[in-house]
Amino acid sequence: MAGSGTAPLRDPDVALLRVEHLTVEFPAGRGRRVHAVSDVSFDVYPGETLGLVGESGCGKSTTGRAIMQISRPTGGSVKLAGREIVGTTGEALRQIRPEMQMIFQDPISSLNPRRRVGDIVAQPLEIWHRGDAEARTAKVRELLGAVGLDPDTAMGRRPHQFSGGQCQRISIARALALEPTLLICDEPVSALDVSVQAQILNLLEDMKARYGLTMIFIAHDLAVVKNVSDRVAVMYLGKLCEIAPPDELYRNPAHPYTRALLSAIPIPDPTVRPRRREGVAGEIPSPLAPPSGCRFRTRCPRTTSRCETEEPAMTAAGDGHFVACHHPVVEPAPVAG
Amino acid sequence: MNSPSTRSSRPAPVSLGPPDPTLPLLEVDGLATHFLTERGMVKAVDGVTFSLRPGQTLGVVGESGSGKTILARSIMGLLPPRNVTRTGTVRFAGHDLTAMSERELAHVRGREIAMIFQDPMTSLNPVLRVGRQITESVRHHLGMSAKAARAWGTELLDMVGIPAPGLRMDDYPHELSGGMRQRVTIAIALACEPKLIIADEPTTALDVTVQAQILDLLQELQASQGMALILVTHDLGVVAGRTDDIAVMYAGKIVEHAPTPALFAQMRHPYTEALLRSIPKLDDASHTRLETIPGRPPDLVAPPPGCRFAPRCMLVQDRCRTELPELTAGGGSGHRYRCFYPVGTEIGEAARARNEAGATPAAASASTASAPRSSMASRVSTASESDGSRGH
Repeated sequence: MAGSGTAPLRDPDVALLRVEHLTVEFPAGRGRRVHAVSDVSFDVYPGETLGLVGESGCGKSTTGRAIMQISRPTGGSVKLAGREIVGTTGEALRQIRPEMQMIFQDPISSLNPRRRVGDIVAQPLEIWHRGDAEARTAKVRELLGAVGLDPDTAMGRRPHQFSGGQCQRISIARALALEPTLLICDEPVSALDVSVQAQILNLLEDMKARYGLTMIFIAHDLAVVKNVSDRVAVMYLGKLCEIAPPDELYRNPAHPYTRALLSAIPIPDPTVRPRRREGVAGEIPSPLAPPSGCRFRTRCPRTTSRCETEEPAMTAAGDGHFVACHHPVVEPAPVAG
Repeated sequence: MNSPSTRSSRPAPVSLGPPDPTLPLLEVDGLATHFLTERGMVKAVDGVTFSLRPGQTLGVVGESGSGKTILARSIMGLLPPRNVTRTGTVRFAGHDLTAMSERELAHVRGREIAMIFQDPMTSLNPVLRVGRQITESVRHHLGMSAKAARAWGTELLDMVGIPAPGLRMDDYPHELSGGMRQRVTIAIALACEPKLIIADEPTTALDVTVQAQILDLLQELQASQGMALILVTHDLGVVAGRTDDIAVMYAGKIVEHAPTPALFAQMRHPYTEALLRSIPKLDDASHTRLETIPGRPPDLVAPPPGCRFAPRCMLVQDRCRTELPELTAGGGSGHRYRCFYPVGTEIGEAARARNEAGATPAAASASTASAPRSSMASRVSTASESDGSRGH
């Protein structure tokens, strides 16, 4: 897994976002460092949705935040439409920021409880002096309508008067106010009930079509990620382990960790119950001292001595399918789903 | 995994005696829990009736606010002391728990019925060592000696799959990972070998690979110890392969209750069907449009007069808006549902066809699967907005 290498990267002239050798480390005191993201490379084409999946602590949220420069990368490069973002500061970074927006997991705490919804959605427009007051109001009304809220009633209310799903709609409207090209969604539906989750996922697909968005969709739920993504990248302990188009990844998972993740998903159908569990034992190691070689080797059923000494690089395993493993699995997934 | 019955340090048999496998272990009858709030009486659990045999596994499924957690706590009698009314009866091994004093209940909780909660960090005491927390109940309930209790606690940690259990006995909860902590709470629940375990969202806070481990563990232990298990969850996937029966809750009531295979093969209640359909499936191609349930659950202070799901139902007819359907048996094998126009029956499908033909505007906007993308989301969610403002 410890997947490094730039094999999955495609044409740099087409890619809207190109992330190369991205590394994020945090000091942890006593000279130790948290290796949150280690040498991760991927790109996103315009209009594409890249799904980033993995369990807690795999570095998926840190990757999203590092692209936004909220957590500063310690190394590597992030290019948005050809421009290098890593290392930009101050006004230069401020000028880039409107092109990238982010929505977060907890929709209620990401909205200011004291402000009215109309003002929350209008704030980005005011900061950037977009249009006059009248034009801004018209834009806010359009955005609230687009995310499925009634502008007449919603604008004057405050966030606590809305449910979690509605607050997530407001967050989406605010994120779209500046007409960004890249939208990073960090676990946007994990705090929502399944029936509301479906509404928000459909809405994100609608917004993507309507505003021509490119998205990075970060989530731990593989079924959710499959539903919205054009490409899916699986992360483990700060490294990419596999990247592929979703139907290919779910049909022919090559990395033992991807297979373990897929087989651990509870399927809402009792008839598929006697499935072969390719489960993994144990839990994710500490990112303070990640294992040598392949970071997944301590839990991997296929591990050998090579995995301990040599870090696997990303290699092609099919059309647009890349895997970082010395011993990839070649047969298809045991059970469909 | 070894059964503790083959080992020396297991606790002595408990007072109520071995359960009679032919009699229900738990009988909940007309249980209603209402909270008095400033806004009025919140009917969180409203007339729930079911029974559980020894060793049986029941999944209780519902979304936020459906009353599933309050149901679990009402069975245990773990409710706030004021502004709550609980009516109905809960009979456990023939004893009425609702008639017991706190003192009597203290002999039942932990010893006969144990509970596992969602968040293992807050359900463990952060300043006590793990070993002390595991042995507390056997020392108290069974009067086990400190030495025997420690040996038994170590066995329990071993049984729930914690490596080096002897060393872990002296750890504090913060020294363990989330999955390990949840294993500890399971070990605590198992300590007195209860006859019933109520697990309230035991894996919701855990990662998916750890969730699979914990659910497998619960299932193995439940089978090897012959305990009954109530598994409360929002995730139909979690209960699908692991329960004998499933009860689906909506707005404080059980709307469908059936043996698990029957429920999935032949779901009758429109809410159950809609809930299952809104879950993204791994088998579906990516970008498959998800079906949604329009609107949101009713306000439990003033629920709709008829069926509580009627305002959001795709099969709704005039009768549903005025008359509350009873939980009635249908289709044999203990399948019960609360619906006048059940899914998959002639009258139900006729109702659906009528609504899809455009007779009922509310239901027409519910079917999003085949609708064009752009207009649909806004129509559905505007509907949810219009009934969605919270009163203040």
